[in-house]
Amino acid sequence: MRDRGVIYTGLLVFLGIITFPMWHDWAAGTTSRGPDPVLPAQEKQCVAPLSTMRTSHMQLLMDWRDGVVRRNVHTYTAFNGRNFNMSLTGTCLTGCHTNKADFCDRCHNYAGVAVYCWDCHVDPKLARRSAK
Amino acid sequence: MKALSSLALVVALAALAFFLGRVEPLRVVLGVIIPYVAIAIFLAGVSYKVIVWSLSPVPFRIPTSCGQQKSLSWIKAGWLENPHSTPGVVARMALEVLLFRSLFRNTKAELREGPRLIYGERRFLWLGALAFHWSFLVIFVRHLRFFIEPVPRLVMVLDRLDSFFQVGIPLLYITDVTIVAALLYLLLRRLRDPQVRYISLFADYFALFLILGLALSGVWMRYFARIDVVAVKQLAIGLVTFSPIVPREVTSLFLVHLILLSTLLAYFPFSKLMHMGGIFLSPTRNLANNNRRKRHVNPWDYPVPVHPYQEWEAEFHDKIAAAGLPLEK
Repeated sequence: MRDRGVIYTGLLVFLGIITFPMWHDWAAGTTSRGPDPVLPAQEKQCVAPLSTMRTSHMQLLMDWRDGVVRRNVHTYTAFNGRNFNMSLTGTCLTGCHTNKADFCDRCHNYAGVAVYCWDCHVDPKLARRSAK
Repeated sequence: MKALSSLALVVALAALAFFLGRVEPLRVVLGVIIPYVAIAIFLAGVSYKVIVWSLSPVPFRIPTSCGQQKSLSWIKAGWLENPHSTPGVVARMALEVLLFRSLFRNTKAELREGPRLIYGERRFLWLGALAFHWSFLVIFVRHLRFFIEPVPRLVMVLDRLDSFFQVGIPLLYITDVTIVAALLYLLLRRLRDPQVRYISLFADYFALFLILGLALSGVWMRYFARIDVVAVKQLAIGLVTFSPIVPREVTSLFLVHLILLSTLLAYFPFSKLMHMGGIFLSPTRNLANNNRRKRHVNPWDYPVPVHPYQEWEAEFHDKIAAAGLPLEK
């Protein structure tokens, strides 16, 4: 009887927590527009079709890593017959996606994905800057 | 039979979502309208239930306790088992809600040769329940990364801890393993033990299969099918900002996950799953045992017309005196 205040407070806290994303996104002005990774200007086709890259690029990079490190395979033949050197830093980040922050990080940050690629691989742009 | 029918229902729901999710005009229904209806039912239903419960009168304290009540100063009181004040109650509730203390005391009874009735401890139900509930909570909080932009730091930290072992790619979440294992154990427990199977209802199996389906569809999307996470987040943000969209990249596999979640949400207020709110309103757990220290007056007492002896004696004074009976006055 005397506990109704406590019960209703608890209920309101619960409703507040459940609807928190709504209040947060409303206050932050978030829209469902999504991230906007900057695509390379000179190259139109990635090493695999767009839909594959969107969902499975991590798998591809892991296959590359295992190929290079464990099987000494360095050349990747793409679906359209082109050959690529299997290297994240050497091919992807140097040839096309020269700005990691504008490409990789945009979607990773958006989806809240913390990848450990960069524990070993350096962003070539940052490496060049620190070398100067 | 009850297990099979509830499994069939969950599979039918998933299959329905999977195939209807391939029909373009129905994607908006599955991805936007049903989730909105489900969350509305969930919020309104949970509030309704809790409000109805809050109207139940609990005028007195119900001590069902194995601890010594607080009495004389030289008798040691069980402050946690039999709390007499709010801090003790908060501690008892916290242990109950966070660690399922009463489930820890779960016992088994077995009839052995003799016949002798043997009681023993059975901690596995407690362990399975704890593993399941905590995994579910962590998974729930982790999912906030799809609903909030920018992703809060706390969610990122939890994500890192959960994928601590860095197994495979995308990184394996520990809670994904524990929730599926715990659910399978809880399901097996119902099916294996004849006594538990006898008292298990359709609703018991349905909740288990539904959450198992939800977990497995999530696992399938993350580790095997690898869906477009960015598109899923756009859909989720669209839902919470009331500008819903169903991006083309969202597959019907994701719609299965969403429909199972919607089913869970809509089913929640009308099912045993409401123990989420109910545990906080357990009168034997959340009230201090101070029946003998404080006076608890029944709050809905109303004046009752009474006729005490003094009035009765005054009314029949002459007749009592005439009969020679003793009088107080």
